[in-house]
Amino acid sequence: MTEPAPVLAALPTWWALVLPVLLLGAVWLVLVFDLVVGARAGGRPVGVGAALVAPLRESARLLVGQRRRTLAADALLWRAGGATLPVAAIGAAAVLPLGMRPLADLSVGVVWFNAMEVFAWAAVWLVGWGANSALSLVGGYRFVAQGLAYELPHMFAIITAALGAQSLRMTDIVDAQQDLWFVAIMPVAFVAYLLSTAAMAFWGPFDAPVARDVAGGAAAELSGVDRLVFAGGRWLLFVVAAAMAVPLFLGGGHGPWLPGWLWVVVKTAVVLAALVWLRHRIPTIRMDRWTEISWIVLMPLTIAQALVVALVVLGQGGI
Amino acid sequence: MTLQAFLLAAAALFSIGLFGALTQQSIVMLMMGLELMLNGVILAAAAFWYFLAPAGTEGQVLIVVVVTAMAIEMAAGFAVVTAIYRAKQIDMTDGAAELQG
Amino acid sequence: MLSAILFWVLAVAAVVFGGLVFRVDSMARATFCLLISFLAVVGLVLLVGLGYLGVVIALMMVIEMVIMAVFMVMFMMNPAGLMPMSMFHNTRGSAVIAGGTFAVLAAGILLVDWPARGGAAAPDLTFALGEALMGGQMLTMMTLGITLFATIVATVVLATDRGRYDRLGDDLDASTADDPAGGGVGR
Repeated sequence: MTEPAPVLAALPTWWALVLPVLLLGAVWLVLVFDLVVGARAGGRPVGVGAALVAPLRESARLLVGQRRRTLAADALLWRAGGATLPVAAIGAAAVLPLGMRPLADLSVGVVWFNAMEVFAWAAVWLVGWGANSALSLVGGYRFVAQGLAYELPHMFAIITAALGAQSLRMTDIVDAQQDLWFVAIMPVAFVAYLLSTAAMAFWGPFDAPVARDVAGGAAAELSGVDRLVFAGGRWLLFVVAAAMAVPLFLGGGHGPWLPGWLWVVVKTAVVLAALVWLRHRIPTIRMDRWTEISWIVLMPLTIAQALVVALVVLGQGGI
Repeated sequence: MTLQAFLLAAAALFSIGLFGALTQQSIVMLMMGLELMLNGVILAAAAFWYFLAPAGTEGQVLIVVVVTAMAIEMAAGFAVVTAIYRAKQIDMTDGAAELQG
Repeated sequence: MLSAILFWVLAVAAVVFGGLVFRVDSMARATFCLLISFLAVVGLVLLVGLGYLGVVIALMMVIEMVIMAVFMVMFMMNPAGLMPMSMFHNTRGSAVIAGGTFAVLAAGILLVDWPARGGAAAPDLTFALGEALMGGQMLTMMTLGITLFATIVATVVLATDRGRYDRLGDDLDASTADDPAGGGVGR
């Protein structure tokens, strides 16, 4: 429980301006990769050059597109919901160590990250509700159901990492993995975390809230800049949550030969690639099925995992 | 930033919550009034801890207790609403008056 | 100075949005006004230095209010709720009671001679709280745990109208359970 030196623990404040740009850059690359993988899986490969400009072209198209208005919409809540998503994602990224140091080295970093990401619940439900459209509301409800399913294993997974480091501070968690990555002693928590990351960003097999069977679900009535903000927020949340797996389980910036920040980039890219691959390989799973799997299989497993890690910590003379 | 200012804000939240809990006909809105009252209690507990006894942990423990009470109130309240709605299609407090003297 | 400004902004926001809960016409808006009131109180809790508790309350309240919104819509006679509606009873009596309560509380707050601040806060408040809950306040923690467990059992019993005979038939010999929503592990 030693406090790290406060001077070195956090990045300088001007990184607050760089962070969103970095994240947007990461989102862009993930979009390009997703497009290439998806096109290949669909049997119509696209060139890398075309894939590189596709996200930019789509963003420009949405920026100039007309915003849809629906009858008796609750515009305030609708727009507020869409705007909450990117804000929550960037808020969560504040405690994400880039290299060895995060922008804000909070003493309760892990809990802060979790609190920011649950704002996605409110955001998606509000977007679904505000449009005053049946299919969009169905999407919003689907996300709440899915949230209830993924949140508990997710909390147990991240609290297991905090338990392993005996600290809620992100830099302490990274430092605790200097010799041994946490994924080695808590593989179940790592898998549960990756699954809940996909579910949180309604991604891959968990995209029922915005699925085609409900005409786009929560995003059904979004167009123009509203869709850009919602989709951008969702992608940001996905990238931030996936990147957080690196300091929590994959040793953060620790690794031989390369500098810390490069290790973080490499590891984050691997996690993101795995999740993109997952999306194109597994069909959508309904949230009622996922709820039962999550509560009956994942939750006991993650609790048992936390217990094992607690015993390991005690065995090493922790606390 | 004084203890009195904190407590006055907490008292205001508590009173607004009480007003809501007493006036609302919908059972769910009544529960929102109760939540607002507990919100005031959280604020008061934090203020007491900070201004009177920061050395102890009792203030923090009290907040944990209040937050738990909130969760229990929500869960039990919704379960009761579901049960009486299923039994008698009652969703308003005026409908559930069996215990009225 | 900065903390004084923050205090007043947050305190006023908490009270104003708390009041709006019972003024707005839409159920969804009422729920999210309550959420903003909670988040303002979270800001105040953070302001006095309780980082862990503040963030945990924010985490919990976001989840709780989204679930609240679902139930609001479920049990509302005017769920879409952009139309004006009044669902009050006994407004005048309640106003007197609530106003009286505030007056008594405020009188107490202003008249009591509060003791001076004693002692210094622990360097790591989160650690202090955890130690208290797992040490001196263990009984409190255990009581909370048992109460929560009892709540889970009681609420499930209250909220469901289906038992094992509904799921598995009168002789409990159905090969697959007859559930309204299918599960994922094939029970």
